[in-house]
Amino acid sequence: MDWPSISQIAAKVQSGELLATKLVEQALKAVEQNKEYDAVISLTNDRAMARAQAIDEMVKKGQSVGRLAGVPFIAKDNFLTFNGKTTAASNILKPFESPYQATAINRLEAEGAICIAKSNLDAFAHGSSTENSDFFVTKHPADKQRVPGGSSGGSAAAVALGIVPFALGTDTGGSIRLPASFCGVVGYKPSYGLVSRSGVIAMASSTDVVGPLARTVDDAALVLDVMAGRDELDSTTIERDGKTYVDKGLDLRGKKIGIIKEYFGEGLDAGVRQRIDDAVGQLVAGGAVVEEVSLPNVPLALAAYYIICPAEVSSNLARYDGQRYGFSDPAAKNLQESYELSREKGFGAEAKRRIMIGTYVLSSGYYEAYYKKAQTVRTKVRREFDEAFKKYDFLVGPTAPMTAFKIGERTQDPLQMYLTDIMTVAANISGNPSISLPAGDANGLPVGLQMIADYKSDRQLLSAAKTFEGLGK
Amino acid sequence: MSKLSREDVLKLAKLSRLKLTDEEVEKFRTELSEILDYVEKLNAVDTTGLEPTYQVTGLANITRSDVVREYNLSQNDLLKNAPATQDGQFKVRRVL
Repeated sequence: MDWPSISQIAAKVQSGELLATKLVEQALKAVEQNKEYDAVISLTNDRAMARAQAIDEMVKKGQSVGRLAGVPFIAKDNFLTFNGKTTAASNILKPFESPYQATAINRLEAEGAICIAKSNLDAFAHGSSTENSDFFVTKHPADKQRVPGGSSGGSAAAVALGIVPFALGTDTGGSIRLPASFCGVVGYKPSYGLVSRSGVIAMASSTDVVGPLARTVDDAALVLDVMAGRDELDSTTIERDGKTYVDKGLDLRGKKIGIIKEYFGEGLDAGVRQRIDDAVGQLVAGGAVVEEVSLPNVPLALAAYYIICPAEVSSNLARYDGQRYGFSDPAAKNLQESYELSREKGFGAEAKRRIMIGTYVLSSGYYEAYYKKAQTVRTKVRREFDEAFKKYDFLVGPTAPMTAFKIGERTQDPLQMYLTDIMTVAANISGNPSISLPAGDANGLPVGLQMIADYKSDRQLLSAAKTFEGLGK
Repeated sequence: MSKLSREDVLKLAKLSRLKLTDEEVEKFRTELSEILDYVEKLNAVDTTGLEPTYQVTGLANITRSDVVREYNLSQNDLLKNAPATQDGQFKVRRVL
């Protein structure tokens, strides 16, 4: 299914040339036609059709229906939504029906967008391949033997397959950008705090961000524009200015771009390296002043992340206790056993690993050596980025050291899976905005170019990304 | 420092409210030790004079207006997800 741009769809729905009901039907049909890829966990079709009918009625009456009028989208299943279940791809939330919706979804709906389905992920967003989903593995759109990346793998696959024009993801250590890179779509991780996390199932609260996966930078920027800004329900949201995030594209001439030297080490696949070298060549041809920059502390972000993230995970997953909602084991004989059995059966192996590592690093006697040390290394990483952005407008490198790997290839060793985040995770630790852009294929599979900008420089980053997008054409 | 014993894993599981199977205890003993070995490379990083970063926004004391929001949900709607209820309340096993 080949969708027009999001702004074109909305304009045609507003003019009556396209019907929202037809668009929703088309998207639902596309879900059905692509079932073998297992991108989707559940449909929100009843609500989607009702909303589409309401939008078509409004158009008939000549009313304004918004900047995303009738545009169907898919939300990762860690966004709370009305209609149907919200599971986070976990057994413990398998029966859960949310009584309220995420702010991000409410804002998209207010502009006329329509959520048609919920996509697969690594359970609770713990992973880089969707193989940690408690339900099933999503298949890569170009090769069903391979993973789509993760944790927002279902969302990335859905966009790459053309099921919907855009999808929502969350990025805590790379979970939007990595699958975007593997599937050949645009994945945007905003500055920390730019989009409300209210109604998004928490993973690591100090690095979780909400962002779009789309086919073009314009589409991603428009979706961000609708979602961004302060929300009373999330006290960590930051103010935005009144200007739009959709831009005509920055003139790269004279812009200073640093290539992160540490991302071009031994572990980098030769094919990926070639495509990134080509992309850098295009930036140079576009007039940018490009040079290599060494950021020796940035690779430490991964080790810091795998202390900070499990620490926050262990706290955030404490609420799943089998008493108020979610799975509860009826075999338990007393309260203690009810907690232990419900959690033992409801959580998958990766959630358990993270809960226990988090519990360990936060334990009395270990807190200083692990957790506090990691948060101090975090300061070092942030300072290094801050220094770099005094000199450079943008930093670039690969999104991932490899293209999409085979299903099962990395599941035997959890640490190997963690290492796939090596290039994305620094921007989460520091809070900086970062984007993954399609940069051609290597070995027949997509490669992603990553661009990072200074904190709160989202507009400049999207604008430069748009210019890059046009350079290869 | 991190090579975990079987007892360490069982203690962590208890603190985490997880009733691990015997196979899991052994599997996690190896895997968690390996992960901790990896993150311990931070010990070699010089952080003298640096303060930890707990959050990146710099925001402090964010409040919102103390007003009631109407969600149009009844008590029963909110209990819909509960594993067990009685008389419009959550029902749990005895605590004492």
